Amino acid sequence: MPASFFDVDGTLVRTNLLHPTVFYLANQPNPLRGLGSLVRAAAGAPRMALAEMVDRRRFNELLFATYEGISRDRLLILADEAFDTVVKRALYPGARDLVQRCRANGHEVVLVSGALDFLMERLAKHVGATACIANRLEIKDGYATGKLVRPIVAGPEKARLIREWAKSHGHDLADCFAYSDSYSDVPMLSVVGHPCAVNPDLRLGKLARTYAWPVIHLGRRPVLTGLLERIP
Amino acid sequence: MSDWSSSSQLAVRPPRARDSHPLVVTIDKKSRPRAVFSGDQLIEVDLPVGARVVYPRPPLEALKDVDAAIRYALTHPLNSEPLYAKLRPGMKVVIAIDDLSVPLPPMRRPDVRGRVLTVVLGLLADHGVEDVEIVIATGLHRRMRAEEVRYVVGDRIFDAYWPKRLYNHDGEDPDGMKYVGTTDHGEVVELNRSAVEADLLVYVNVNFVPMDGGHKSVGVGLCGYKSLRAHHNPEVMRACHSYMDPAKSALATSAGRMGILVEKTLNVFHIETTINNRMFDRPLEFLHKNEDDWTGGERAAFRGLSFTLSKLPRAARQAIFQRVPAPYGVTGVFAGECEAVHRQTLERCNAQYLVPVEGQADILVCGIPYISPYNVNAFLNPLLVQVMAQGYLFNFYKGQPLVRKGGTMIVFHPCTDDFDNDQHAPYIEFVHDVLPQTRDAVEMHKRFEEKFAKNPAYVEMYRRGHAYHPAHPFFMWYWGEAGRQHVGRVIVVGADNDYIPKLLGWETARTFAEALAMASGGNRGPEIAMLHVPPIVMAQVTA
Repeated sequence: MPASFFDVDGTLVRTNLLHPTVFYLANQPNPLRGLGSLVRAAAGAPRMALAEMVDRRRFNELLFATYEGISRDRLLILADEAFDTVVKRALYPGARDLVQRCRANGHEVVLVSGALDFLMERLAKHVGATACIANRLEIKDGYATGKLVRPIVAGPEKARLIREWAKSHGHDLADCFAYSDSYSDVPMLSVVGHPCAVNPDLRLGKLARTYAWPVIHLGRRPVLTGLLERIP
Repeated sequence: MSDWSSSSQLAVRPPRARDSHPLVVTIDKKSRPRAVFSGDQLIEVDLPVGARVVYPRPPLEALKDVDAAIRYALTHPLNSEPLYAKLRPGMKVVIAIDDLSVPLPPMRRPDVRGRVLTVVLGLLADHGVEDVEIVIATGLHRRMRAEEVRYVVGDRIFDAYWPKRLYNHDGEDPDGMKYVGTTDHGEVVELNRSAVEADLLVYVNVNFVPMDGGHKSVGVGLCGYKSLRAHHNPEVMRACHSYMDPAKSALATSAGRMGILVEKTLNVFHIETTINNRMFDRPLEFLHKNEDDWTGGERAAFRGLSFTLSKLPRAARQAIFQRVPAPYGVTGVFAGECEAVHRQTLERCNAQYLVPVEGQADILVCGIPYISPYNVNAFLNPLLVQVMAQGYLFNFYKGQPLVRKGGTMIVFHPCTDDFDNDQHAPYIEFVHDVLPQTRDAVEMHKRFEEKFAKNPAYVEMYRRGHAYHPAHPFFMWYWGEAGRQHVGRVIVVGADNDYIPKLLGWETARTFAEALAMASGGNRGPEIAMLHVPPIVMAQVTA
């Protein structure tokens, strides 16, 4: 039986890792503390932007450091609201259909995301995915330390995690599918027999065109991107 | 003349008295080279003395007042009450129209579908019918883009109906399809739900070739994979002799059985239109003619065009051909009950295309043009080149094939290994993954078709992008099956690579002379026939 591996941010939902983070920081029990966290996060934005360009894992580490000090209870209490407010609303039209079609074909559907596990579990349930591989915050004495539990789900690590997951669940990767929007996920797309670019960024769009990977647009396709993809 | 088109050293049988029809021209020593399409290039091919060239008929005279003909057809239908008599206020009417796969090239505006729609929508409004939807009957073809729909239906209808009440059919929409029934041969009929649930379904067709229209209109245009696989399979395709002769086509027979079920279950009013074969407008009109009858100006125009095309980049050549619509004239409008209407349509189609030819040939020579029903506004990829050769050009006959069983087809095309990523995404995997494993249609049907057809990524591209359905490349291979079973070998001249022809099971030759030498194999002078297309011509071959 094949499996379908889906990246989430930008692929199934139009949000990215920043949106739920901002939601959590803005919804702290102490508003002043929340404001302080937001200001600190804003001040760290240039570093994050640089890290995003160089190494996705480093970006994740910097971003999730802003969760430091938030209690586990708070994270979980707000999870439903964060999911409904931030993630569910941002689901691309057709995303659920696509997952459902994979399920109808007997695929196991696995969400593979750098987002946090408790949000991805809710998304998996909502769209009908069977499992998720997501980042987990390190919790010490009931509070987030601001660090991620290793391995960090990002970039090439996603490919390794997919390989391991497929092996442990008896899937032949040649029969499996992977879907992503980002050039940073090329390793993940490359390990399966059926890669697919979804709402691809410019670099992935060009690569997909070169290797004749299917390209899907679940959201509105920017006209300029479509034209630029065609330029060799 | 291109150096690879010469064939002067070959001996060929002398001309025969029986080729007496004026449109079957026997090449003699004074004959000029023939103008042939090789993709989006025009080349000259020097046929040996004694070869026969089958030319298309001149365009039939077009109707003087098309709108009046449409109104007349609606009020004087065949084997049916007039359209107005079927209407009542408050009813739901769905109008289905043929997609852009016909005609080729697209016809100059106003497209006849837009003209029919204008009259029908006016009639519906006059009779208080407000619940109207227009479905583009794409079947498993790609969705038409907004600008293409506008071109076909006209600005006024487009602005009033697109996109909520004028939309592309979606054969993979789980909520948008409805089971109609199963024929006594086990063929499942599942159609567009809106069309099935409408009080009246009006189908507007453009009957480009004889295999179009009739029961195929609703049964194929509005169906999904479950229904299409009933006849788009190797077994049925092999039993077609030919696609263009519905009486001898297993495909038409199967579609007919499904269509009869449709007509019994749904209230359908058919409107079919026929067009002449005026594909080329004035500057290129000479391409329709016997090259020996070209004037000096026409010869110069051909050389100029041929030279220009040879110097232009491919994108520019594509743009030139794709953006020039054809000045087709409408030759008939028929309305009413399916079979009665289609009989008239076929008669008009055959009057335009059939040319009597006596006797088969050992070698069939054809140029393959830049366009097929499946690459409007896209590149003619290698799989479609195969469809054009062994699917369409081979099947342009009634009676017997123009080429003998086991004979040779010599075709001209570069066979460039290129695809339109948006429209033909599943074709790429088919050509580069399936074909290297097998060319056997039955084997690929069993091993690969369903996997492709259910590929979620490709299905998504079909549903929300502009890609052909993932089963479509398989259908395209099966489409060539009748030709593959009949023709002994195909030799392509002018291919820019060896890999693609090899994948297709074809041989390559650098020149036409080389191809002829390969085809004759040192035996007695072979009989050679050329189908001079485009425009379309169909050989009515008798022994």
